[in-house]
Amino acid sequence: MAERRGGKKAGKGGAAGAAQAPAVPARLAVRKIYKLYLGGAFPRSESGRSYPVTSNDGTHLANAALASRKDAREAVAAARKAFGGWSGRTAYNRGQILYRVAEVLEGRRDQFAARAVAAQGLSRARAEEVVSAAIDRWVYYAGWTDKVAQVVGGANPVSGPYYNHSAPEPTGVVVVFAPQNAPLLGLTSVLAPVIATGNTAVVVASETAPLAAVDLAEVLATSDLPGGVVGLLTGRVPELGPHLASHADVNALDLTGAGRDAVAFEEAAAQTLTRVVRPGPGADAGEEAWLDPDPGTSRMTPFLETKTVWHPVGV
Amino acid sequence: MPVSHTASAPEAMTDRALRAFLHGLPGVDEVGARARAQDLSTRSIKTTAKAQAIDLAISMVDLTTLEGADTPGKVRSLCAKAALPDPADRTVPHVGAVCVYPDMVSTAVEALRGTGIGVASVATAFPAGRAPLEVKLADTARAVADGATEIDMVIDRGAFLSGDYLKVYEEIGAVKETCGGAHLKVILETGELVTYDNVRRASHLAMRAGADFIKTSTGKVSPAATLPVVLVMLEAVRDHRAETGRYVGVKPAGGIRTTKDAIRNLVLVNETAGPAWLTPDLFRIGASSLLNDLLMQRTRLTTGTYPGPDYYTLD
Repeated sequence: MAERRGGKKAGKGGAAGAAQAPAVPARLAVRKIYKLYLGGAFPRSESGRSYPVTSNDGTHLANAALASRKDAREAVAAARKAFGGWSGRTAYNRGQILYRVAEVLEGRRDQFAARAVAAQGLSRARAEEVVSAAIDRWVYYAGWTDKVAQVVGGANPVSGPYYNHSAPEPTGVVVVFAPQNAPLLGLTSVLAPVIATGNTAVVVASETAPLAAVDLAEVLATSDLPGGVVGLLTGRVPELGPHLASHADVNALDLTGAGRDAVAFEEAAAQTLTRVVRPGPGADAGEEAWLDPDPGTSRMTPFLETKTVWHPVGV
Repeated sequence: MPVSHTASAPEAMTDRALRAFLHGLPGVDEVGARARAQDLSTRSIKTTAKAQAIDLAISMVDLTTLEGADTPGKVRSLCAKAALPDPADRTVPHVGAVCVYPDMVSTAVEALRGTGIGVASVATAFPAGRAPLEVKLADTARAVADGATEIDMVIDRGAFLSGDYLKVYEEIGAVKETCGGAHLKVILETGELVTYDNVRRASHLAMRAGADFIKTSTGKVSPAATLPVVLVMLEAVRDHRAETGRYVGVKPAGGIRTTKDAIRNLVLVNETAGPAWLTPDLFRIGASSLLNDLLMQRTRLTTGTYPGPDYYTLD
């Protein structure tokens, strides 16, 4: 709402200016409304609420949608709906789409770098480095999509006349609490591995720095990623988290950005045997903590389930 | 309603009298009916009222399986679910009836013995109704002999649309006679009647011919139970009650899949026909997947956490 009021004020200013100098009317401000990303669309919060987002030094940047319990519910429903199609795609095709995300992100790197400078107070050089790392991270996991099965699955030697194969399968809907202080590279580092293996994700963006996540959602929406594979909620972890953690249709939680609520969420998740990834040592650190160019498979394997098949040896 | 007839159904009718009566019914204001249904569907039913509505809706469900692929095993598992919809919560009421094809009636009767749940059987060459009268009556007689307590017949839409009202009237009368003690539900298949005027005429025709229930659809034709159609039928039973003193029930079927849909129907019943119709004796909902959604919403209200479909039976 504050955005709109700003627009109207600019309009009035333009009218007054026009009275004095009719030749050059002031241009109306076109400000972006930061919304949620649910089921492939960008709706406002069902509750109609928003909250102010400021930079690290306190400057007001924009208002972000303040997601409600019902938005979280819708995001999970959309993720569940998208799961069959996304997990059913070939790993190769998922890799193509993740690579496409990197391509589209590359085309908007200036926007993301400028955002990191304005919101995080990073130097221009550091911001460029972070954006490059985020782009590379999508490429990294795009490469992993059709290789992770060879690493964590394969033919098992058994003492009997059988072939015995294990294959990793995605667990389902994963709720990701994105790192609070690493809004772009940190978010990419926790989100990409989840969807690379065929899971669908509901992301609760960093509460204090959600704008980069909304920009990233725009990239995802234009990268052939089917609607619902990633849902993005901006809002308060203590408000959304309990409902997502106890939700029986959620298969796993990544608690990286859950902060002090992580233990409570893990307890709530236990009621429905939901898989949990606890916040690691660098969970509260800034973007620089996520710069390691080779994070390995540790963020993919927690969201995989192993299916083992026995098959008699023929003839 | 400017109808002066005080007929108690069924009675002998001449084609002329029937036509005069049906064409003397006032026309339906289509725009008005849609607007009224739309308006009532925005009612907010929450917390304790919602809990009551859910339990009432569960007790009104005619749990239906009408597939070519039905097996005795599937019918038995459906019956088990009808008697105890949520094995984890014995406070859930049982459903109104189980609705099956005639050849499955004996299986269903056996499985439901002692539960007090009715067995409804579709009959009269369901769903098309394209068979000679003798076949339809034999179909009905067999279902009743096997123990069906409710018969869901289809009207001859071809005869109705070509204006041969007397044929439809006499057919309903003959089936009613064959039913003996079993309740007769007359399916109008409103999706094939084209206009709301026709729905109103068919409703009155069925009621005067002796129907105990009028039912919207077979579930095989789309559109099925839309809210305006249910509204028109509820007005018809209300007017019939005012004219003749006889209560006739209404059963929407087809397309009601969510708790929201079900509650919208209940609001419509309360506001149109009146609270007297808010009982399984006078209002039923034909559905299969609806029951799981009702159970999930009920769990949501009792536990405060969002449930998932993994915890409920497949239909």
